[in-house]
Amino acid sequence: MTNRPVPDAATQLGIYRRMTLIKQNDERSRRVIRTGKLVMPYYSPRGQEVIPSALSASLTASDYICTIYRGTHDMLAKGVPLRDLWAELAGRVTGTCKGKGGPMHITHPESGVMVTTGIVGSSMPIANGLAWASQLRRDKRVTVAYFGDGATNIGAFHESLNLASVWKLPVIFVCQNNLFSEHTTFEKCTAVARIADRAAAYAMPGERVDGNDVFDMYAAGAEAVQRAREGGGPTLIEAMTFRFHGHVFGDADGYIDKAQKAAAIAADPVPRFRARLIETGVATEAQLSEMEATIEADLDDAIAYALGSAFPDLAELSRDVFAPELAA
Amino acid sequence: MSKINILTAINRALADAMEDDDQVLVLGEDVGDAEEGGVVGVTRGLSTRFGDERVRTTPISEQAIIGAAIGASLVGFRPVAEIMLMNFTTVAMDMIVNHAAKLRFMSGGQTHVPIVIRTMTGTGFSSGGQHCDYLEAWFAHTAGLRVVTPSSPADAYGLMRSCIEDDDPCLFIENLPTYWLEGPEAERNHRVKIGSASVLAEGSDVTIVAYARMVQEAQPAVAKLAQDGISAELLDLRSIAPWDRATVLASAAKTRRVLIVHEAVTPFGVGAEISSVIHEELFGDLHAPVKRLGGAFCPVPFSRPLEVGFAPQASDIEAAVRALLDHKRQH
Repeated sequence: MTNRPVPDAATQLGIYRRMTLIKQNDERSRRVIRTGKLVMPYYSPRGQEVIPSALSASLTASDYICTIYRGTHDMLAKGVPLRDLWAELAGRVTGTCKGKGGPMHITHPESGVMVTTGIVGSSMPIANGLAWASQLRRDKRVTVAYFGDGATNIGAFHESLNLASVWKLPVIFVCQNNLFSEHTTFEKCTAVARIADRAAAYAMPGERVDGNDVFDMYAAGAEAVQRAREGGGPTLIEAMTFRFHGHVFGDADGYIDKAQKAAAIAADPVPRFRARLIETGVATEAQLSEMEATIEADLDDAIAYALGSAFPDLAELSRDVFAPELAA
Repeated sequence: MSKINILTAINRALADAMEDDDQVLVLGEDVGDAEEGGVVGVTRGLSTRFGDERVRTTPISEQAIIGAAIGASLVGFRPVAEIMLMNFTTVAMDMIVNHAAKLRFMSGGQTHVPIVIRTMTGTGFSSGGQHCDYLEAWFAHTAGLRVVTPSSPADAYGLMRSCIEDDDPCLFIENLPTYWLEGPEAERNHRVKIGSASVLAEGSDVTIVAYARMVQEAQPAVAKLAQDGISAELLDLRSIAPWDRATVLASAAKTRRVLIVHEAVTPFGVGAEISSVIHEELFGDLHAPVKRLGGAFCPVPFSRPLEVGFAPQASDIEAAVRALLDHKRQH
């Protein structure tokens, strides 16, 4: 395709900042979990940094996303503050959800993170509702539903894409195809070779892109966002990627082919894009190192803040079940 | 006072709510006027009056229907989603139970889900095993959901208005065979507080707690018992989650004998919960153990005699009350 949107230098730098934030946050999460200071189920997004980082370049804070349990990258790319995030991961009262949601249910409406679900496929039906609200209000907001390749085999995918297309909703379905449904390979459980082909069944544009390539991902995202904003309806993007770690932290990932994994790690998109930024003169090594050091310091601060915060009071068990006036 | 049936009362409640608040939306299968305003016409006239933007006919996609309602509600709309039949909630349970019920809590109160899920059910139309179950106990067992089930036009109107104005997800259960039951029409400002039962008949010997169509079955039983000098108090629960503990316990403390009647099967049901609470609170004061009457513990059968025999009838209620009174004589 010609004349596709290309990110300018500042946009590229913004995308890299999100990517390295996600990578550094992931590395730190794994380290802190190993110390025993943090007890949580952790679904590493390492290897999938480019997808939300590049797409978020076309979104604003007022756009909505719905993401899933493997969604730290989506949240960080959308702007959830580190302190609030880490306090929630640590189950503290200062967390995004007062420690009541945890890593699989991070919610932060201020940055547009409306729902994080622990149920495969369930980001999509709710994303449609947010998009319906925007359509009714004509507020030009766009909603992104993130999900994995496994979620395209659950009924909610079919119902949601069909409804979004029938109603021409301003929603973007972003399938992060990391080639594994939990432990099972993509080929073994998916009838089609390309999930993007399924878009034809819903009469909506569908595109497979290299989700580890910043320029491809940016172009696909920018076009889909523009289409949605202008009333052109939904898009299905299948972003090809690879999960560097097992399904959940502690999973030995014996089901991942070793050579395939080694090749993916060798092609790690984060250092690859970093090198490109330097080669093309978008940034200097010193600038990027400084950016990374700042993120390390922000992580130190967020973790200290989280671990130093109080746990929620037991009274929280009866709060937020219903509206306050009836909670007692 | 003019008379109106339950179906029309719900229709008026929806229309009045849509007129009063432009954030109220209606969605579901066949709800638009091009589709005749629903399979029995509960939403008839709404799309013509309020437009296809706010009244949306959906594909047969229950997860997508509830998901769309949830999403729109997260940012301020008040959608009323129709799941045509209560058995069809089973294919949307993830959206209802894992999401609608829990998002307020899991988000630490940052978001909430002010939706109403309208659904109809009830035996009596020979619809067999998958079209008329009462599944209210499943939903009442889920923290974060409200469950109501009116049995009169005025209550239907008042509860629907209250559910739409409530900030939490409400399941509004409509009984198919009694849609055309007539009663006084409610005023436009009429509301029924969620969690409030009504006392339909005062009595001193026994309390009958019923809801939905079982209220209509209980009424002739109460009249028949009165002929024999048995004074039965009849409570219409109206709201199952939360249920009106104060009214039920006060009545139980007065009559010391309680019968709970519902169309849902008895084991693990709403009757079990109410019975348990009555025993916990009033054990020493009761003249007899609380009795439950519910549907037979089988899928709803098709054959007419079997279907009639499945759900409690007036004669069953009358017999159960007499058995409760006999119990005292054994002591």
